[in-house]
Amino acid sequence: MSFWSRHKIFETNSIILIIGVLIVISIGGLVEIVPLFYLKSTIEKVEGVRPYTPLEMAGRNIYVREGCYNCHSQMIRPLRDEVERYGHYSLAAESMYDRPFQWGSKRTGPDLARLGNKYSDDWHKDHLKDPRAVVPGSIMPSYPWLENTELDAASIAQELKVQATLGVPYSDEMLKHAESDIRIQANADDPNTVDLAKRYPKAQSRTFDGNPQKVTEADALIAYLQMLGTQVDFKLYDNKANVR
Amino acid sequence: MPAAYKFFAEFAQTWGLLYFLAVFLAVLIYALAPSRKDRFDAASRMPLQED
Amino acid sequence: MAQAVSPSKGMTFGEMGSALAFAALALLSIIIAAKAYTPGYAFHAYLFAAASVAAVFTIVNRYYERPLEPPPLTIGGKPNYNMGPVKFATIASVFWGIAGFTIGLLIALQLAFPALNFDTAWLSFGRMRPLHTSAVIFAFGGNVLIASSFYVVQRTCRARMVGDIAPWFVVLGYNFFIVIAGTGYLLGITQGKEYAEPEWYADLFLTIVWVTYFLVFLGTVMRRKEPHIYVANWFYLAFILTIAVLHLGNNAAIPVSIFSPKSYIVWSGVQDALVQWWYGHNAVGFFLTAGFLAIMYYFIPKRAERPVYSYRLSIIHFWSLIFMYIWAGPHHLHYTALPDWAQTLGMVFSVMLWMPSWGGMINGLMTLSGAWDKLRTDPVLRLMVVSVAFYGMATFEGPLMSVKAVNSLSHYTDWTIGHVHAGALGWVAYISFGAIYCLVPWLWNKKELYSMKAVSWHFWISTLGIVLYISSMWVAGILQGLMWRAYTSLGFLEYSFIETVEAMNPFYVIRALGGAFFVAGSLIMAWNVWKTISVGEAVEEAPQAMQPVLVAAE
Repeated sequence: MSFWSRHKIFETNSIILIIGVLIVISIGGLVEIVPLFYLKSTIEKVEGVRPYTPLEMAGRNIYVREGCYNCHSQMIRPLRDEVERYGHYSLAAESMYDRPFQWGSKRTGPDLARLGNKYSDDWHKDHLKDPRAVVPGSIMPSYPWLENTELDAASIAQELKVQATLGVPYSDEMLKHAESDIRIQANADDPNTVDLAKRYPKAQSRTFDGNPQKVTEADALIAYLQMLGTQVDFKLYDNKANVR
Repeated sequence: MPAAYKFFAEFAQTWGLLYFLAVFLAVLIYALAPSRKDRFDAASRMPLQED
Repeated sequence: MAQAVSPSKGMTFGEMGSALAFAALALLSIIIAAKAYTPGYAFHAYLFAAASVAAVFTIVNRYYERPLEPPPLTIGGKPNYNMGPVKFATIASVFWGIAGFTIGLLIALQLAFPALNFDTAWLSFGRMRPLHTSAVIFAFGGNVLIASSFYVVQRTCRARMVGDIAPWFVVLGYNFFIVIAGTGYLLGITQGKEYAEPEWYADLFLTIVWVTYFLVFLGTVMRRKEPHIYVANWFYLAFILTIAVLHLGNNAAIPVSIFSPKSYIVWSGVQDALVQWWYGHNAVGFFLTAGFLAIMYYFIPKRAERPVYSYRLSIIHFWSLIFMYIWAGPHHLHYTALPDWAQTLGMVFSVMLWMPSWGGMINGLMTLSGAWDKLRTDPVLRLMVVSVAFYGMATFEGPLMSVKAVNSLSHYTDWTIGHVHAGALGWVAYISFGAIYCLVPWLWNKKELYSMKAVSWHFWISTLGIVLYISSMWVAGILQGLMWRAYTSLGFLEYSFIETVEAMNPFYVIRALGGAFFVAGSLIMAWNVWKTISVGEAVEEAPQAMQPVLVAAE
């Protein structure tokens, strides 16, 4: 049996063809992806990065539900104009608890990676209700239903628990208080805000949508938007510690 | 930088590329070998045969 | 009809097994519907239950209606092809095509005139855009691929498709998945990963459908009478196999509960980003390229009545394409938090990808050498040849945009949208239109399409649409990229973000106009397909004798 006739099985045997395809496609993918699981910046914590509070998490899920990622990126590239426009370029560690990641691929609207604390809660509330009332040339859809819809967070404890099993450091205490933490964070007068801030450093507690009667979807979404990119203190951040 | 990351990254950048070259050469030899010309010619007419 | 059944007739293993499986699924769905966390999920569970009950009913009814023996593999020495599922998927692709293009037109208009979001949750851009991308890629493109692959694999293997219920399960199950995915987006049920938005239960169902698809295809290849596997089938096989791997990798998620539509992906942050674009880029490479190249390698030679220009080139094309594509994903993540070496690797392979892509293009175009005159007389062939030219253009532009310096300008802008549509409208849609125009007369035993003039009209109207679309998006994208990085003489950023948004408006209007032309073209196609099937002139000779058998076999 010559070398060439042995090659014939390749073009006539479908199983061999399948194995060939699998080998060819799997090595390329594995070689690129596997090293990332050993990447320092995604495993080691940058000072200040913490898991989302239950209210922020609920807000993030609304962000995902409404498909905000279709028009807004959350990834500032280390280019001069982007850093000047949006702030310090994004670090890998800043999205280490993001499931799914929301870096986005299109900026029909501006980048949101460092949106937190740039505008007031009222601005956000008005902007979500009618973007053109605040920014005349905006082409963003209006989201008037957010401030009228009560937040459904019945399964929030379960949702945090799933993420805990995936490795997000939600402690038993956090899981236990998940549901009540939502109400605590949406109400500045709640006596337990101190405990919340202990569990989640720098968590902002207040009535985000200006309506203390109920916790709405706008509360959750604004809480999320107001914390975006605020966790790392770049005055203290050591650039060289995270060379990638 | 942890050793595992360094290992995998370097592996990707050296052996990964060599592997690519080897596969490409194998495909070239396979496709261009004169001994397979007739077979390929026959195969290329397969869509045109009517039953 | 029950009295007509002979006593010896029994249910096959496939009939019994699938009926029981669907009955079990119906029961499970009803339980889930009763305890679902959200009304949207309950609605989906009821859809699953209704579809499963309908499936059980259809399988049992079919059993009573069918003759004792299963359909023969050959009739008079000729293969007895199973074309029923192919017909269904062909019609479905026309339907989903129009739906997907129309939604695309709507969201294009929403960007030009935001009032068209109507302040309504399910109509807003963020939910409609995934509906558009899924409808055109997976519903339109997917049905074209399933229809053409089932047709090509049977014809080039000269064998009847494997399976009795399985091919129908693939076609109907896939379209049911589309319905679940699409209604899910409108209800706000999404994973939030581009081109992989369907939630865990839809993904799970698709996995079952896809494995069945793979087995039917593979089984048919293994049943072939020919010694060689035709190269189009290589591309189809690579497409089916790789999409399975990508789908499993990118959708590895843990549901919050079996009663909740929500799940959390096992990857996070950077890893999720790379896995996503490994998926996203290869969905382009294997779904939108490899699959449609298979169409090119069968339908262009068939229509031009000449063998492919170089079969050897097609083999080199195949291996180098599938090899290189898989490495190129990181070019979607230039200048992000992804490590530099991975970005560079992605860039190098993207640039190299230019060569096999153009090898394929040359192979497709040169198939017509010596028969260029056919382009004048056959508008269907013209559609397919222009599609290959667009493939060449898009695969030249792609590597260019993957170069980091270019990407720093083009990324996040409408240039990307223009590039994608050069590929999607020019390449994928045109080669699909060509395949549909070929398949309809062949499947329904008609001499030719009802109107060749209509095909010509379709071609010119949609070409005008594409030109408007991609040229407006080029200008818009480059303009926006330059405005973002423009500085005043004092060293300040020259434009606020909103000024760059306002500058886009005229281009968004032109783009929507281009989209409208494209929709109009697809409506002409639908009319032509419908007319061909209903009143087209039938073929008189030999195949006519086979026709009744084919119908009975369905």
